[in-house]
Formats: sequence, structure tokens, C-alpha cells
Amino acid sequence: MSLLTRIRVSRFWPMLWKEFIQMRRDRLTFGMMTVLPAVQLVLFGYAIQTDVRHLPTVVLDESRTADSRQLIAVIGNTGNFDIVGAVADREHLRREILGARAAAALVIPPDYARDLRAGRTAAAQMIVDAADPQASSAAMAGAQLAAGALSTQIVAERFGVAPPLEMRVRPWFNPAQRSAIFIVPGVIGVLLTITLTLITSTAIVRERERGTLEQLVVTPIGKTSLMLGKLAPFMLVGYVQMSVVMGLGKLIFHIPIEGSLPLLYLLALPFMFASLGVGLLISTIAKSQAQAMQLSFFFMLPNILLSGYIFPRVAMPEPAQWLGLGLPLTYFLKVLRGILLKGVTFGDVWQPTLSLIGLAALFLTISVRRFRKTIE
Amino acid sequence: MSGSAVDTTPGMSAVGTPTVVTRALRKEFGARVAVDSLDLTIYRGEVFGLLGPNGSGKTTTIRLLCALMAPTSGSAEVVGLDVETQGERVRARIGYMSQRYGLYDDLTVAENLRFYSTVYGLHGEARTRRLAEHSCALGLDERRNQLAGTLSGGWKQRLALACATAHEPEMLFLDEPTAGVDPAARRDFWTSIYALASRGTTILVTTHYMDEAERCQRLAFLSRGHLIALGTPREITAHFGQASIEDVFIELQRQDEAQYGVAAGGSR
Ligand SMILES: Nc1ncnc2c1ncn2[C@@H]1O[C@H](COP(=O)(O)OP(=O)(O)OP(=O)(O)O)[C@@H](O)[C@H]1O
Ligand SMILES: [Mg+2]
Repeated sequence: MSLLTRIRVSRFWPMLWKEFIQMRRDRLTFGMMTVLPAVQLVLFGYAIQTDVRHLPTVVLDESRTADSRQLIAVIGNTGNFDIVGAVADREHLRREILGARAAAALVIPPDYARDLRAGRTAAAQMIVDAADPQASSAAMAGAQLAAGALSTQIVAERFGVAPPLEMRVRPWFNPAQRSAIFIVPGVIGVLLTITLTLITSTAIVRERERGTLEQLVVTPIGKTSLMLGKLAPFMLVGYVQMSVVMGLGKLIFHIPIEGSLPLLYLLALPFMFASLGVGLLISTIAKSQAQAMQLSFFFMLPNILLSGYIFPRVAMPEPAQWLGLGLPLTYFLKVLRGILLKGVTFGDVWQPTLSLIGLAALFLTISVRRFRKTIE
Repeated sequence: MSGSAVDTTPGMSAVGTPTVVTRALRKEFGARVAVDSLDLTIYRGEVFGLLGPNGSGKTTTIRLLCALMAPTSGSAEVVGLDVETQGERVRARIGYMSQRYGLYDDLTVAENLRFYSTVYGLHGEARTRRLAEHSCALGLDERRNQLAGTLSGGWKQRLALACATAHEPEMLFLDEPTAGVDPAARRDFWTSIYALASRGTTILVTTHYMDEAERCQRLAFLSRGHLIALGTPREITAHFGQASIEDVFIELQRQDEAQYGVAAGGSR
């Protein structure tokens, strides 16, 4: 038999064919594969804003001078603070913050302009609601930076000298500091993990529950065609999801695509294999579809928390970092962000790629062996 | 072994080339012995019935013969091939209709047929011709676009039979094919079975319906994995001095319970 005929009559094709029909007919699966990416993208792209901007801010201006108004304008221009109104006194200020109508307050004392003119250090105060440290830290830093810049400018004007030192901070890869740019590539990784573990494992367990797996094994299909035919469709779906999320990400969030897409698609392979390994493994452990789903969610949790998807790994305690090293997503995020945001080449991401290949080999060996046993 | 088993040589009705030969076949699940020292020979074109109470090892026997699992010891040959070492080749030449039918509920009748026939290696024109013949003969044509999951019991059974025989297997294993099917559908089913057998297909069928047992050419009784009786329905009723196979079944189960002190069905 020639190779072509062999490929044409391979038992793998009917598996692929029926798998796609089933995917299309199963509303839940179909929804998970089409609606979920869109929801995830919008939800995570818009809602996860680790960069806190536009804190509603009230002003207590007791100086009421051109100088104090200049300071207010400078603070307002940082984008960190939205000046929402003026307050008459300290008590009024307190109530605004307690009532959460304001999250920050700028206080300019009566002698602000006088001190400034007299060459003394003029003091202004920025009060920030720091109950949520993440929400407040960027604001506080922003206020200091703005004041520092204004202060340098005043010195320069007054003495006609150039500032002795200037730190020019250049935020590479994400100059506007938008978290969507950081999050959206991660959404791709998270989605692929869901498709390749949750959807794949439930699809396999469903065949076992309904008795069709036994029926398949008794046909001359062969274990390899059976597994390939069962797993390949989900990889194809994964690639489609990846492309859709990237497309939407570019349209809605203006995600940059700096690097080579072919390289990204290629390096997605070991990640998909590793995730499929996990999915297959779950299918050999779970007794029912419900169990497969639970196990998959159980696996998703560390992926979302520990992989660096939302929370930076460097900020985690060491044991959490070690755990993250066992997750394929941890490495794939480096590849995704590297290629999409920084335009890196293979030379820069060979290390995570190697780890992905290692994990894929490990998970697939274990799960294929276990799976073969279950269909024996 | 309980009772004096009928002579294990085949009756007058069945002499020819053996399709299934088992020698001291045994299967253990942990401490439980599901099939024990089973010696069986089934001949080409025979309709062979396997009887026994729940949990007596019928399904396990079939699964061993389909090379779905390896025996603990002993051996079995199906269509002249060893099931343990040549399982792949055995599977290409047999058909299996499981207790659960193994249909895809979310595929239509036509899609199920197409899928299974392709998996069995039918392609192109041969497949189209074969499927057309087949669905016509079984009256599946009118339902071709209905989802298998929405079929009634009788139609499901017909479809499962069609899927298991699309590749014209030499040997057909039917595990309780008529459970939960109405009398008319059962009669049609047996007509199809006899049509297959007359064309040389060997058939091994399990059933809990004694009228169906009477229709088999030869019967084997299993109890706790042991073969306790073998022969034509007439030989068996004569041997046990009973009026019908049903009486034999009940008598054998009674003896069995007396010997082990528990209901045979409770061994599941
Ligand atoms: N995979 C398995 N693991 C453990 N025990 C099993 C397994 N399959 C069958 N058994 C046990 O082996 C014995 C024989 O089971 P089997 O299914 O072959 O009986 P059966 O004659 O087909 O019964 P039924 O008429 O209810 O279909 C039972 O006690 C059953 O519990
Ligand atoms: Mg059974």
C-alpha cells in the first residue's frame, strides 16, 4: 500500500470527522469553545486593571493662588487623579473619603504660595485611601513624581540652571502601562488550558460512560489512531481560539504583535501537548464527566494564580514559585508575552520552550501509558 | 463443578470448521474469578447461545473473545487467530454488539453507520453500496437523519446490529441484544440473525429470554464463570429431565444456590 493510500484510508480520519460533528452538536462544549474566549477576553481585558488610574480626588485649597492652582493642574494631569471637586475644610474632606466619594485628597495649606515665593520649601499634602494597597501605590508614586517634576521645573526657572540629575524612565513594551496588554496574551494561554484539559478530558470520559469507548476499542482502529483522532481535533480548536483571541485582542485592545506569528504557532505545540497530557491524565482518573470537570477546575486554579497570568511570580513566596514551575502555562506565558509584546526570537525563549517540551514528554508518557491500560 | 455437565463435544447439529476455540480460559478480577476453566468450541455458521444468571461471566467471556482484555490464563482462538497475540487482526474480522449498544447518541443513524463502517476499513464506492444495502435491509433508511439518541429501543438495536455487521464479519458477538426490546422487534431481530448465519456468519449470543434460547442451535450454561451444561436445547432439556430450557435454567440456579448458599445474582 502506498503511503498516500495508507494516509487516505487511515482510521484516524473517521475519528476526526465524528469528533467535529459531536463538537458542533454539543451546545455546552460549543459554547465553551466560542463564547468563552470572547467573554474571557472582554472580562479579563477590561476588568483586570492592576494599573489604578483616575482616583476620584477632592481638593482643599487654602492658598487660593495661581501657584496652588498650578499644582492642582499638574496633579490632575498625571492621569492618576481625577479632580472631582473642592472641599471647604478638613471635616468635609474626611467625610468625602469615608463615604468613598473620593479616594484621594490634595491639601494645599494657606502659606503654600508664600513659602514658595520666599524660597522656602512649600509643603502640600496628598491623602490617599490606602486600604487597598494595590489601588493606592501607583497613585502615591504618581503624586510624588509629579511634585518632583514641578519642583525641578520651578528651580530651573528661578535660578536659570539645568537640573543636576534627571532619571528618564522608559516603560518598554507597554509604554502606556495598560494591563490589557499584559493580560490578553495570558488569556490565550488560559483558554488553551481550558480547551485542552477540561473539554478534552470530559469528551474522553463521556465516551467511556456511554460505552462507545469499548465499542471503538473492539474495532480495528488501533490505539494510536484512536488517541490521535480523539486529541487532534482539540488541538485544531486550540489554534482557532488562539487566532481569534489574538485578532480580537488586536482590534479591541490594540495588542501589539511584535514577533513572528509562525514561531508562536510552532512553540504553542509543546504547550498543547503538555496540556493534552494533563487532559488525558484527568480522563484516566475521573470516573464520571462531573469528576473530570471538577479535576480540571482544580487544575485551572493554580494555573490562574501561580503561573504569572495575573500576579507577578517574583512577588510570590518561594514555595508558590516552585509550584508554578510544574505548570505548562508558566512557561507558555513567557513565550506568548515575549513574542507578542517584545518581538523576541527563538534564541530568547529557548529555555521556556525546553521546559515545555520536558513537561509535555513527562505528562504524555504518564497519561498515554495509563490510558492504554484503561482501554485494554 | 455443579451438576454433571453435558458432554462437551458438539451435538449432531454442529460439525464443521471451528470459529471459536477456548482452552482452559480463565479471567480473574482481583480475587474474583469471572471466567473459570472454560473449554468451548463454536462452529462456523452456528447460532450459539450463552446463558447464565447475572454475573455468571457471559460478558467477560465475550470481552475475552473480542480481545478487549487479556485472559489471566488459558487461551482462545477466534477465526483461527490467537486473541492474545493477534488481537488487532481478530478485531478486523469480528463484530461486537455490546450490552450498551455503543452508539453515538449525538450522531444521526446515517452518521453512526458511516463512522463505524469507515473505522472497519470500508471506503468509497464499496462503502456507499454496502451501507445502502444494509440500511435498506434493516429498514433504517426512513430514519437516516434522526439522532441515534432519540431512537426507540428497537431502532437502536437495529442500528447497533447494522453498525456491528457493516463490514460483514465472520464472527458476531451479541451481548443481550434484545434486552428492553418489544416482541415484534425481537422477532425481526432473530430473522436477521438467521439470515446472517445462513450466509456463514458464526453467532454467539447471550440472552435472558428463554424463548430466544430455544432458537439457538446450541447452548452453554455458565454459573459463576463455570461451564455447567452444553448442548442443543433438546439435548439439554432431555439431560436434565425438564420440559423446557426455562425449567432447566431455574433448576440449575437452584442447585447452584444450594451449593453456595447465596443467590447467584448476588455475586455481582
Ligand atoms: N472490569 C471488571 N472489574 C472487576 N470485576 C468485574 C469486571 N467485569 C466483570 N466483573 C465481575 O465479573 C463477574 C462476571 O461479570 P459479567 O459481566 O461477565 O457477568 P454477566 O454474565 O455478563 O452478567 P449480566 O447477565 O448481568 O450481564 C461479575 O461478578 C462482575 O462483577
Ligand atoms: Mg453481561
